[in-house]
Amino acid sequence: MEAAAGGGCGSGPPLLLSEGEQQCYSELFARCVGAAGGGPGSGPPEAARTVPGTVTAAAGPVADLFRASQLPAETLHQITELCGAKRVGYFGPTQFYIALKLIAAAQSGLPVRIESIKCELPLPRFMMSKTDAEIRFGNPAELHGTKVQIPYLITEKNTFKRMDDEDKQETQSPTMSPLASPPSSPPHYQRVPLSHGYSKLRSSTEQMHPAPYEARQPLVQPEGPSSGAPGAKPPRHKASLIRSFSVEREPHDNSSNYPDEPWRITEEQREYYVNQFRSLQPDPSSFISGSVAKNFFTKSKLSIPELSYIWELSDADCDGALTLPEFCAAFHLIVARKNGYPLPEGLPPTLQPEYLQAAFPKPKRECTLFDSYSESMPANQQPRDLNRMEKLSIKDTADFPVPTQDVTSDDKQEQNKTRLALKSTADEALPKDMSEDPATSKDSNSLKARPRSRSYSSTSIEEAMKRGEDPPTPPPRPQKTHSRASSLDLNKVFQPSVPATKSGLLPPPPALPPRPCPSQISHHNVNSERSAHPKPPTQLPNYGDFRLQKQSEQVSEAEIHPQLNRAPSQVAESSPTKKDIPHSQPPSKPIRRKFRPENSATESQEPPSTVGGPVSAASGKPHAAVQKQSSKQKKAIQTAIRKNKEANAVLARLNSELQQQLKEVHQERIALENQLEQLRPVTVL
Amino acid sequence: MVHTSLDVVDEKISAMGKALVDQRELYLGLLYPTEDYKVYGYVTNSKVKFVMVVDSSNTALRDNEIRSMFRKLHNSYTDVMCNPFYNPGDRIHSRAFDSMVTSMMIQVC
Repeated sequence: MEAAAGGGCGSGPPLLLSEGEQQCYSELFARCVGAAGGGPGSGPPEAARTVPGTVTAAAGPVADLFRASQLPAETLHQITELCGAKRVGYFGPTQFYIALKLIAAAQSGLPVRIESIKCELPLPRFMMSKTDAEIRFGNPAELHGTKVQIPYLITEKNTFKRMDDEDKQETQSPTMSPLASPPSSPPHYQRVPLSHGYSKLRSSTEQMHPAPYEARQPLVQPEGPSSGAPGAKPPRHKASLIRSFSVEREPHDNSSNYPDEPWRITEEQREYYVNQFRSLQPDPSSFISGSVAKNFFTKSKLSIPELSYIWELSDADCDGALTLPEFCAAFHLIVARKNGYPLPEGLPPTLQPEYLQAAFPKPKRECTLFDSYSESMPANQQPRDLNRMEKLSIKDTADFPVPTQDVTSDDKQEQNKTRLALKSTADEALPKDMSEDPATSKDSNSLKARPRSRSYSSTSIEEAMKRGEDPPTPPPRPQKTHSRASSLDLNKVFQPSVPATKSGLLPPPPALPPRPCPSQISHHNVNSERSAHPKPPTQLPNYGDFRLQKQSEQVSEAEIHPQLNRAPSQVAESSPTKKDIPHSQPPSKPIRRKFRPENSATESQEPPSTVGGPVSAASGKPHAAVQKQSSKQKKAIQTAIRKNKEANAVLARLNSELQQQLKEVHQERIALENQLEQLRPVTVL
Repeated sequence: MVHTSLDVVDEKISAMGKALVDQRELYLGLLYPTEDYKVYGYVTNSKVKFVMVVDSSNTALRDNEIRSMFRKLHNSYTDVMCNPFYNPGDRIHSRAFDSMVTSMMIQVC
């Protein structure tokens, strides 16, 4: 391939390519197009946004190619503008060729203008990583200095589009600092960036960008090879090294579209960021104003210029406010910076707002669910996040002492509510991975029907959410399934059981159970005394009442069940107003009644003697009728017994968990007190 | 020379007291005998003044170009101002802003 010595001057059409140029450009273009088509399909949809019907090169590969040309960002932007890609929105053949010409011009030190490309120009030079083409072309190119290398199309699709969209956002890795265009001599130019780029690349293997693979480009002079030869040696040497290096990178790149791991937000981090966002701004879909964000980020103790820089990167639309994805990006950058990562030149692809929104729809969904959610969600997340925070790979979350304390305090508040505490402990018990997210969303889905009126949340966010939920919820209350149970355990527990039953088996607040208990017990006692002389006939109707009541009213009974189970199931039956009591009583009474028919004579049976007494008195008439009823009731009562047992188990578990938490809290308190004591003498002195 | 041009700008502003909406103000003519350059002024609604000094040896820049440059400058400036960490009056360190400015200048020359 001959050099561009014969490159036409600006006569006739604005762009006249020499043969060599033509060939190179078409190859490059084909590569870009081909890579666009064959690029990873799992990338974001905007990746290969080519206009249907035309042959266009996708923005991503083109961007990579351009960046590989080692030109500064503004130059590349100029080039894009000039070549018209911005105008038409895509890279057609003409635009592409013009752009390549401009790149060549820029690399030769000419200003980027249309006029520049009318002159003779060398072929553009690109620092790229390995491809098959390189293997094919690399060595010959080095020898002959005429072949152009085809860039290795790393799958960074959105970068170029965003370069158009966003204000000069440069996705170059920090290692590839923009080199000055005008080289003194081509070989020198190429050697310098190569060594520079390569050494830096070696040092930062995490960077996302293609391993620089210096490709020998043809030079202006026909005696390219000669001048290229001195420069060819380092590239050849480095080429082999880079080839091996990029081999390693290949599988990595194939596995992930965005091999920029430090800039990828993990789920845990995202949870944390989202929570912080919520703490600043309850509505997840609106903005955080600049001043609020400023105060918040200033707590991270980064310098103001750095914070300013981070803001500049993350506020993509430059509106002075941060949306949720912008906030996450900013937060992530801050965290990364605190951990020592250098700030990128431009917003990395994984931190772009579109990517964050597209790739993580769940947090948004969780946000909306959160609105309709209720107390347990924040409590759920907060302890979970706290736990996760400890495990975060980024260790400097504690740099935000205030926010964490807020989270902690919120957490403690939630823990005061037993039901939420159950959830949190249950969450702690659960494996801390992403399975919790689906679980949470599942819970949230099922929990939407929960009655908010029983929420115990104390944070303003939850209250705000709750209020929105309060009106529709009262009706579902009676049907409260254990969906209300924020803990999966309860769900699992109750799913096998009869579904239409007590949701109230959820751990009621600790205050509640004891309260009715004594009253009930006393009432029981009262009733038992009363029932010592009951009117036998009334027992039958009471049976009916019990049954009806049991079926219809299931709310508060569940709460009382445990107590009732614990309390000696006194007999009596009470007025229908005592729904709970009757509920327990049927279990006892029908049993007794059951026994009674069997052993009508043996009143000294197990059943409480108090019942036995009155029951025996009525043994005569109601006997037959009772038998039929008892058989029906037997089953009902058995189910009730089962439910009661389950409730018992749940509450027992809750009890143990709470006690565990109590112990933990005690330990924490002791630790804190110790610390305090340690500090005190120091300060006193 | 920038300060003297600022005085002239103030003069102009006070002069056009009524037409405050007039954003554009092309002031041409500070051609000193020794240094021939042109100074362009531009005032925003918030009284922020942009002063552009151009070397006259350039092929004369068209009016429209100057206007577009000022507009771009204004836009970039507002973007910079959006940053809550930016104190008005500080030196602008924004990369995007700098790059925009330099690109503009390169385009012109």
